Amino acid sequence: MDSTLPKFTSSRPPAAQLGRVMIEVRNLDFFYGEKQALYDINLRMFEKQVTAFIGPSGCGKTTLLRCINRMCDLIEATRVAKGEIVIGGVNIFERTIDVIELRKRVGMVFQKSNPFPKSIYENVIYGLKIQGVTNKARLDEVVERSLRGAALWDEVKDRLHESGMSLSGGQQQRLCIARAIAVEPEILLMDEPCSALDPIATAKVEELIHELKKSFTIVIVTHNMQQAARVSDKTAFFYLGRLVEFNETEQIFINPTDPQTEAYVSGRFG
Amino acid sequence: MKRFFHTELEAFRSNLALMGQKSIENVRVSMQALQEQNMALADEALRKDDEIDDLEILIDAEAVRYMSLRSPLAQDLRLLMVGMKVSHDMERVGDESCSIAKRAKKLAVLHPAADYDAIPQMAELALGMLRDSLNSLLDGNIDLALAIPGRDKEVDRLNREVYAILSERLAVNPAQIGSTLDLMFIAKSLERVADHATNIAEEVIYLFKGQDVRHSAEIKEFKNAN
Repeated sequence: MDSTLPKFTSSRPPAAQLGRVMIEVRNLDFFYGEKQALYDINLRMFEKQVTAFIGPSGCGKTTLLRCINRMCDLIEATRVAKGEIVIGGVNIFERTIDVIELRKRVGMVFQKSNPFPKSIYENVIYGLKIQGVTNKARLDEVVERSLRGAALWDEVKDRLHESGMSLSGGQQQRLCIARAIAVEPEILLMDEPCSALDPIATAKVEELIHELKKSFTIVIVTHNMQQAARVSDKTAFFYLGRLVEFNETEQIFINPTDPQTEAYVSGRFG
Repeated sequence: MKRFFHTELEAFRSNLALMGQKSIENVRVSMQALQEQNMALADEALRKDDEIDDLEILIDAEAVRYMSLRSPLAQDLRLLMVGMKVSHDMERVGDESCSIAKRAKKLAVLHPAADYDAIPQMAELALGMLRDSLNSLLDGNIDLALAIPGRDKEVDRLNREVYAILSERLAVNPAQIGSTLDLMFIAKSLERVADHATNIAEEVIYLFKGQDVRHSAEIKEFKNAN
């Protein structure tokens, strides 16, 4: 009767295959001076997935993000009182860890785009130059690959030696992403990467995140819940320094388990 | 700019098309079962209704998922709202096809001396409306959708005609009450199929024009003009 009819088509993307655990946070307590910012956080983030951290201001999401590449070390009087973050089988808080090496593996993109006052080309190769790479052909290749990876190549290929500051806000943010991926990190941390961008530039960065997760494990902090819903595979909801709920993004936004998550995602918080 | 999740809307549309095809096919098969007194075909229609039900659940779940995760607006949002309503209409069409199939099985045993002419005619009209409402949804053909409510009048007229003929037969031969009522209910089912096609056409107009024409003077004018 209906042998010619097509089969069911699922509109949902194929379930992301759970790869290996890239980042494992175990029993983490973190303090700013005497003030405890994170309480006993346990969380596992998987390879080539996007994990979003959401929650109201002061909930600890940015603090946790900064712990993952030890940017937290740059703030005075901070300390990890308990617990660990394991990347590649190693606790990143071990004394023997080379933090510079860690930050090569764990790149970061910030809330406000921060290109260096140099050319587009120089911005992209900055990390490689610090590593001592001088081969022109190699640098050219990295610039093109990174700018293509950041979906910026077509827009800037004819003006690589113009200042990075001359780009629009959205382009500057993508330049910073290109700079972050030029050193081939395994993990990309994004701290509200679209908060200063208009809707079109935001859409471009979101599309880019969708592409980048084919190559990188991404952790994104965002105040924009719609953005977390659109771009992430898993979402963690934090409140007052505690991880309230961590689950598939679909579950968090359609049928969260915890009443606090329900209240937050439905805008009934506070 | 095409976003990565827009393909999910295309799949959503495909599922609506599939559900529409299956519900149309089920009405056709149940009517064939009736006309050929074919029990096996009636059973097939009854069995296939489960697939239509499954699609209704899938379409609803995916609409909720897309609305929750993708922040749809404007026509994308209307497509999801309309899709849920259309899938409900098509699920009801599937139920009507089951009702026809069940009665076809009873009538295959009773062999009533029935004049079926008006009933297949109703089926043809109702199925044509259903096909066109589905095509108008898939092709964005508003003119096709606008013409559908007017076509419902002819189905209603035939239903009244069947009712009158069968009432008369019942008065003459009360012993045939079972089979006569079955035929009346089959005609009613077909009339309902045409109503669902009309509902879908009205939803299509909302989808593409953003204008809710249900119960409106304009739609009544269209009905009367045709």
